[in-house]
Amino acid sequence: MEAGTPQVVKLEDLHVAGQLSGRKHILSILVENKPGVLARVAGLFSRRGFNIDTLAVGPTDDPSVSRITLTLDGAVHPIDQVTKQLHKLVNVLKIRDMEPEETVAREMALFKVSSAVENRAEIIQFAEIFRAKIVDVARRTMTIEVTGSADKIEAFERMVRPHGLVEMVRTGEIAIGRGHD
Amino acid sequence: MESLKAEGVKDVFGIPGGANLPTYDALYDADFRHVQVRHEQGGGHAAEGYAKASGRVGVAFATSGPGATNLVTAIADAMMDSTPTVFITGQVRTELIGTDGFQEADILGATMPFVKHSFAVTDPRQIPEYVHEAFHVASTGRPGPVLLDIPQDLSRADIDYLPRTEPVELPGYKPSTEGNIKQIRIAAKALASARRPIFYTGGGVVNANASEELRELAGSDRFPVTSTLMGLGAFPASSDRFLGMLGMHGTVAANWAMDRADLIVAIGARFDDRITGKLDEFAPHAKVIHIDIDPAEISKNVGAHIPIVGDVKQVLPKLTREYRALQTDSGRLEEWWSTLEGWKDAHPLYYEAGKDGEIKPQFMIEALHRASQGDAIVTSDVGQHQMWTAQYYGFDKPRRWINSGGLGTMGFGLPSAIGAKVACPSEEVVCVAGDGSLIMNVQELATCVTEQVPVKVFLMNNGYMGMVRQWQELFWDRRYSSVDMGSSPDWVKLAEAFGAKGMRCESSADLEEQMVAALEHDGPVLMDVRVAREENCYPMIPPGNAARDMVEAPRGAVSG
Ligand SMILES: Cc1cc2nc3c(=O)[nH]c(=O)nc-3n(C[C@H](O)[C@H](O)[C@H](O)COP(=O)(O)OP(=O)(O)OC[C@H]3O[C@@H](n4cnc5c(N)ncnc54)[C@H](O)[C@@H]3O)c2cc1C
Ligand SMILES: Cc1ncc(C[n+]2csc(CCOP(=O)(O)OP(=O)(O)O)c2C)c(N)n1
Ligand SMILES: [Mg+2]
Repeated sequence: MEAGTPQVVKLEDLHVAGQLSGRKHILSILVENKPGVLARVAGLFSRRGFNIDTLAVGPTDDPSVSRITLTLDGAVHPIDQVTKQLHKLVNVLKIRDMEPEETVAREMALFKVSSAVENRAEIIQFAEIFRAKIVDVARRTMTIEVTGSADKIEAFERMVRPHGLVEMVRTGEIAIGRGHD
Repeated sequence: MESLKAEGVKDVFGIPGGANLPTYDALYDADFRHVQVRHEQGGGHAAEGYAKASGRVGVAFATSGPGATNLVTAIADAMMDSTPTVFITGQVRTELIGTDGFQEADILGATMPFVKHSFAVTDPRQIPEYVHEAFHVASTGRPGPVLLDIPQDLSRADIDYLPRTEPVELPGYKPSTEGNIKQIRIAAKALASARRPIFYTGGGVVNANASEELRELAGSDRFPVTSTLMGLGAFPASSDRFLGMLGMHGTVAANWAMDRADLIVAIGARFDDRITGKLDEFAPHAKVIHIDIDPAEISKNVGAHIPIVGDVKQVLPKLTREYRALQTDSGRLEEWWSTLEGWKDAHPLYYEAGKDGEIKPQFMIEALHRASQGDAIVTSDVGQHQMWTAQYYGFDKPRRWINSGGLGTMGFGLPSAIGAKVACPSEEVVCVAGDGSLIMNVQELATCVTEQVPVKVFLMNNGYMGMVRQWQELFWDRRYSSVDMGSSPDWVKLAEAFGAKGMRCESSADLEEQMVAALEHDGPVLMDVRVAREENCYPMIPPGNAARDMVEAPRGAVSG
């Protein structure tokens, strides 16, 4: 008898694996670098009613392969169903549902904030605390570049918003597994 | 052309136009059959019927723009019913793409949501490779439609054809077929402890050509079997193990069995909402073993306790072997069978016999069964006649029942019958048509005549879009809105105008005899069968209800 197969299977002991994880998921998807691939992925999400929170697309070290990194809410969507549907796209090569503890995730954001003379110093101070960079200064606004986890960017947003947030641009998270050596 | 031949293509369906002229010019000398249909939708459904009847990939051609958009319904239909098909469309010349050129339509974009895969050719040298890949993707794993869009200038280019013999290597496409043996063992043991098991089989068994394997497993103990609309014939309807079809218009026994079961074995079936009804009241006592080649089907609608991803053709023999190796007590199923037999006896399919020669639709299908010795390939349109055919024809073999289940496309019946007849010329192919549906693709009668495809169309003429009328009667207060078909056309004259034989039958007395005559005629026939107009299709699970709330045909005071 093979290990792991019980002698008797009682029906009352059978369960369905849980569907909703209740947390945010980052999916790292390797796709063939071919025309229309992004449309196929995006179309699948809209057709199946899956909501993407963020999406980032870029090249990889292999020119024939691109990476799509997207985040979605596992409290709303059964992630398993999402990945299985994605796998059905012929151009999708590999999907990793990134383990939060095993992952470094980063996002970049640009904040244009109004900077009247009286709060300029305070904004510069926030930037320093967040290790953000001031990349442009104009007469009435200042543009700040922040890199970090989505949480950090959202925290920064909360800090500067009361000072007058003119515009915010975010890239969406990208992620990489932590090294094992 | 060489590429298509290399895939073993013998027949294609289509219509030429500017953008696929080069392809059609090559066809002129090619030694396979091109069936010139009269509408691209007809060509698409013919390709589906061809595939469903034979298991071989069905192929349809269309030109760019309107030709391609006319294919869209058929492509969506093939996706929903997992039909192995390849659609090849012409596209405007490369330099015109994106300029709203004459007859340009982004068919790749339009069909993206409902193709299994699609290819846009950008270099003529890709053609042999893409054709090879298209056939591979269409026919393996969970089958489906694949679109190949070829700009006119590229299909015109002369390339050296290098035959592709090596297996297709698509890095992102590797269907799992074997089934995890540990899971199969657990499934066998669960079956051994089940006291109220039921096999719920679907179109996947037909697709896998696994009828034999299904019979073996069902025969390894006294397992009851029910089937979806799409799986009919995979298990013989005449078997005493068979409870009939399940779902919205399934039998009481089959639906109540699902409701009471302690173990459902879903085999190549996808828990469609026509089966489950109200999802949270579906099969409240059952654990689920789900065998499907598409991992995404598992736990999509109904959670699976024992998921098995694989080809049923490979999984079923393993499950049978594992089950037979166990010590089982078939006595444990006695009680279940006495319940099931009780339901079968008390709630058979029932209709009130027609009086004074009136033809009841159910009687029409029974007569067709007798006239064709229950051995025809039967296609249908969509509506009441489709459900009655499913209920009353009694399919004993797979690939004999061809219909549009997932998309429910009216007008599917005639063109799919053409496809089936082209695929299986020595078989009797009949189409049970609806009067609302047939008119939607009636132009294909011309194809039957000029291409000499002798299909027999039995029109269940109730003068209504009956299925919709039934819903209006039952759920919308009998407000019959836009369902009466009026008195047009005169079907006999229409058939004759096309050059087919037209017949009419208005009395149950000579229906069967006339049907035999129609079947014996050696060309295409359209028989207008005038049936009772306001018959309803029962049993029925009213929409939004659970299986145990099935409604049966009312029994009149003076039942026949
Ligand atoms: C008017 C109308 C009324 C209807 N009423 C009913 C009704 O009462 N009852 C009913 O049953 N249906 C009914 N239908 C049809 C219904 O809409 C669905 O089309 C049908 O139930 C689906 O059948 P299926 O589950 O067998 O799946 P299919 O659509 O046939 O899908 C096949 C499944 O098998 C899998 N598969 C394919 N190949 C393999 C393989 N080799 N190995 C393993 N798995 C494989 C696929 O991945 C898929 O999950 C009705 C349709 C219409 C238009
Ligand atoms: C293309 C299309 N349009 C509309 C419908 C909605 N519909 C479903 S059944 C039906 C009536 C079919 O009438 P008929 O072919 O006469 O069949 P009957 O129900 O009368 O047997 C309609 C309109 C559909 N399924 N397909
Ligand atoms: Mg009708």
